[in-house]
Amino acid sequence: MSQRVSRRSVLHGALLGAGALLLRAGAAQPNAPRVIELVARRFVYQPAEIELKVGERVVIAIRSLDFVHGMNIPDLNQRLDLVPGKVVQLELQPQAAGEIEFVCDNFCGDGHETMHGRFVVRA
Amino acid sequence: MDRRHFLNLTAVGGGAVFASALAGCAAPAQRGAASAAGDYNDFYFVQLSDTHWGYEGPANPDARVTLRKAVATVNALPTPPEFIVFTGDLTHTTDDPAERRRRLAEFKAIVADLQVKTVRFMPGEHDASLDRGAAFKELFGDTFYTFDHKGVHFIALDNVSDPGAKIGDEQLAWLKADLDRLDSKAPIVVLTHRPLFDLAPKWDWATRDGAQALALLMPHENVTVFYGHIHQEHHQSTGHIAHHSAKSLIFPLPAPGSQPNRTPLPWDAGAPYKGLGFREVEAEDAGKRYSVTEFPVVRA
Repeated sequence: MSQRVSRRSVLHGALLGAGALLLRAGAAQPNAPRVIELVARRFVYQPAEIELKVGERVVIAIRSLDFVHGMNIPDLNQRLDLVPGKVVQLELQPQAAGEIEFVCDNFCGDGHETMHGRFVVRA
Repeated sequence: MDRRHFLNLTAVGGGAVFASALAGCAAPAQRGAASAAGDYNDFYFVQLSDTHWGYEGPANPDARVTLRKAVATVNALPTPPEFIVFTGDLTHTTDDPAERRRRLAEFKAIVADLQVKTVRFMPGEHDASLDRGAAFKELFGDTFYTFDHKGVHFIALDNVSDPGAKIGDEQLAWLKADLDRLDSKAPIVVLTHRPLFDLAPKWDWATRDGAQALALLMPHENVTVFYGHIHQEHHQSTGHIAHHSAKSLIFPLPAPGSQPNRTPLPWDAGAPYKGLGFREVEAEDAGKRYSVTEFPVVRA
């Protein structure tokens, strides 16, 4: 079983305000973080599992399709409200291998309890 | 007296202490008799929780009768409780406002058979989060309130009408005003649906601003919290405040963090209603101590 990642082991995990980072998926700019799109809808995150590499800067670009879902990441002591029509950006730079779980924490209906996902950080 | 599972929860010098557990526990005092601490007039109430009326699924193929059987079991208690509390998730959620009201009305009709005059209701997120408590209020009244019983101050807190599991600034101000008028030694029982502390945030078993409520309660020496939401017995203290969650009457959930997801424990056809039940809560020492006795849905 993968080791779970504590908050301390993640050196950089920051929420960026909308527009704070120019999103260019696949852009070839030097030092530009990799952009990973994440969709939230009742009652899943898609993809539910996202692989990251230790030390890699990434931006998770999150869109909700149908509800103000939550995204609580207790290991990072961070949570987001995902308002439909807006892209919320989360910058991460994991420093250790392991798993970082996230869960919807805005009750969204019959199936809310199944709405969760995780980042799997590999060395 | 049939006490299958007795827990004696003792407040000592303002601190709640888990005095005895499943084995080797003390027998409760005869109901109505004077306690060892003095001749106060004790009482007990019944807590039921998480009935999820309207649920249909494999986790409880007897969902249409479980609540009715529990009502019959409560009615058969040798000594009726002085009151009954339902700590939320009376119904299973639905997107349809008309269906929500139908489920709440059906639930209300079933529990009207309880042979106890005073029954108090609280919402869970399944009842109230999708319409911010509108249907619940129509059928049951306020989602947060206080009442007093034999010197104990009861506070029902709503941490579910906000879909983000927040009590909210307005209710916290109301709570502060209520607590400010109480003596710091007054016995207080808080009833709520979600845990007020971070029991398992990865499973959404928390109240987002629960720490603010606990900070308001901390100056009070005798505070006990009874809640639901997690579909199992659980006992934990934050400082001197003891928190006790109740079993469900629909399906049990796994122990916090014991498996990757919080999926219901499977129905056991060989042991129907296993892991389900309700509890008696007996106030002792003028409401500073509480004894909890767990009961199954159907008694042998």
